[in-house]
Amino acid sequence: MRVAVLKGGSSLERQVSLRSAARVEDALASLGHEVAPIDADSDLVRSLKELRPDVAFIALHGPGGEDGTPQELLEILGVPYTGPGVAACIRCMDKVLAKHLLREAGVPTPDWVAFNSTAFRELGAADALEEIEARLGYPLVVKPAAQGSSLGVRFAASRDGVPEALVSALSYDDRVLLERHVPGRELAVSVLDGDPLPIVEARPKEEDRFNYEARYEIGRTEYICPADLPDDVAADVRDAASRTYSALGCTGFARVDLMLDTDGRPDVLEANAIPGLTDTSLFPMAADAAGIGFEELVSRIIELAVERRGAAEASRT
Amino acid sequence: MTRIAQESAAEALQYGPTEGFDETKAAVRMVMEAEGMSPEPEDIIVTTGGQQALDLIAKTLVDPGDVVVCEAPTYPGAVPVFCSYEAETHQVPMDDDGMRVDQLEELCERLASEGRKPKFIYSVPSFQNPAGVTLSLERRRRLVELAHMREILVIEDNPYGLLRYEGEAQAPLYQLDGGDYVIYVGTLSKILSPGIRIGWAVAPPPVMEKIALGKQATDLCTSTLSQYFALEYFGEGRWRDYIGSLREIYRSRRDAMLEALDRHFPPQATWTRPHGGLFVWATLPDYIDTSDLLAKALRENVAFVPGAAAYVDGRRGSNSMRLNFSASTADEIREGVRRIGAVLSEQVQLYETITSEHRLPQPAQREPSGDVVPFRAPRGEA
Repeated sequence: MRVAVLKGGSSLERQVSLRSAARVEDALASLGHEVAPIDADSDLVRSLKELRPDVAFIALHGPGGEDGTPQELLEILGVPYTGPGVAACIRCMDKVLAKHLLREAGVPTPDWVAFNSTAFRELGAADALEEIEARLGYPLVVKPAAQGSSLGVRFAASRDGVPEALVSALSYDDRVLLERHVPGRELAVSVLDGDPLPIVEARPKEEDRFNYEARYEIGRTEYICPADLPDDVAADVRDAASRTYSALGCTGFARVDLMLDTDGRPDVLEANAIPGLTDTSLFPMAADAAGIGFEELVSRIIELAVERRGAAEASRT
Repeated sequence: MTRIAQESAAEALQYGPTEGFDETKAAVRMVMEAEGMSPEPEDIIVTTGGQQALDLIAKTLVDPGDVVVCEAPTYPGAVPVFCSYEAETHQVPMDDDGMRVDQLEELCERLASEGRKPKFIYSVPSFQNPAGVTLSLERRRRLVELAHMREILVIEDNPYGLLRYEGEAQAPLYQLDGGDYVIYVGTLSKILSPGIRIGWAVAPPPVMEKIALGKQATDLCTSTLSQYFALEYFGEGRWRDYIGSLREIYRSRRDAMLEALDRHFPPQATWTRPHGGLFVWATLPDYIDTSDLLAKALRENVAFVPGAAAYVDGRRGSNSMRLNFSASTADEIREGVRRIGAVLSEQVQLYETITSEHRLPQPAQREPSGDVVPFRAPRGEA
């Protein structure tokens, strides 16, 4: 098949995307596919129209890549593409929307409050910080609503740290959420075609918690896969991940990030529509633990994309 | 380039001597003479850019755990060099007159009391990258004295010395020292082209021998083709005029940037006013993290270098930024600074809205996080 690999783009996660794509391109080539790498710039649509690929492998991360934008363009061009569809991408990229949907579906997610910058600038939202801290407590986590890879995520240990954390988070997006901090273990469950893969536990060095660089530098964070968990806890974690995948309407794959609180209960933080595929990424690591090598994973992802397109066409006729 | 292809292709495509062609060394001498230095040809080694010179010097001198001293902030490209040889790097604060040599003395004294001594002191004394400031003549003398007294090598990295737009030229450390303790690093990157990758080091013979051995191991010799290009350029004899025209262009760009900063940056920001070089260093309120601010600026299609890159610990300097005025036209600079000023002002206002008008107390004043204590009031004195 002729496979277009969409990569790069102008998001802050460009470098990660290029690394994901490089690995995918190698795998596709050794699977015998015709590989056409495309840097996602203003010529994207023209390139796709000229190339007429059988399928597009989306190796883009962050806003402009996994927020439904290239997915929408591929829909209109009639090119099957990998990963979740437009609506699921929108739901995953917007952490606030995702948390509402999770809560409605009964999936546990840490309590939160979300504002846009207008609420602070024009509606005096800062006056509500007393109520917010009464409800969420310290430390609290401040995040931009739409950004991957923990960019702009800050901890506020006390009231003093809140304004600075808000200013940082609001540099990445006009909307931020303040979230209750869940102490416990960091887990990631990748879901492939609805089935949860083995659970990965991330053990960052204490000073590197939620550090963007630490996530992509080999050796900065220790990963354990499969995570060492009692069977019943592992079952609960996989169940939370599957329900998250369904609640957000994902297809193909997604990676669900959770905290396991000190009582052994999972709390879902977010879902990533296009998880990283670099050699330090968790999705390929989990697949590997399930006996699915990288080439086989890429091959499955392509098949799922083509099947989904086929199913969509069948339902339309 | 055509002439080299026609007349010297055979030689230009061969290996050359490790320390560089004699003709290249003569050109290096010519460039250094323009700043009052006259090194012996045998003390010169031509390198693949000044960056390689720095790497080779560190490779030669530094064992893991050795102390290295540099400025705070320091040239961001030096940070990975010192880190890769596992140096224990100390950074000495600067002010308008460059490195605080008094604090350097205190540091050396403190280290001496522990029975330790820096392997070298690394400095960009003229139009420092990233801070833009220049070491005063008095401090240059004191630094050289200190080097002699304590027998510590100094690395003088001088890529911008010829790019002065106002004020008197300052004697290079190498000239003041006479080449006993000062190792000099130069480059053609800023006066000819960075793509040609020609730099050099000047060092006393025992150090030079080791640098040459390191160079042999790394890449045998600097590209002969590049050296031929450089010689062709110097042979034309217009290099002084070219630097003169660069000075004119960069001076007007610097002026455009300083004017735009006055106009568009909020009063909470301060910045340096460089007399030469390529960079202005701005320091913002300590609640602004320039790595985050960069994300916002990039959406406006404008960029700067976040200050943390100039610190070995990667943490200090998080409220500062390096602005480069060399590579854009005056109009682009004005527009770029306007956009950065706008996103910055927005964040400053947001912070003030959250803190002062409402119930949250202003956080207690923290220790300054950047070491360059700048510098001067943003408005008024020029």
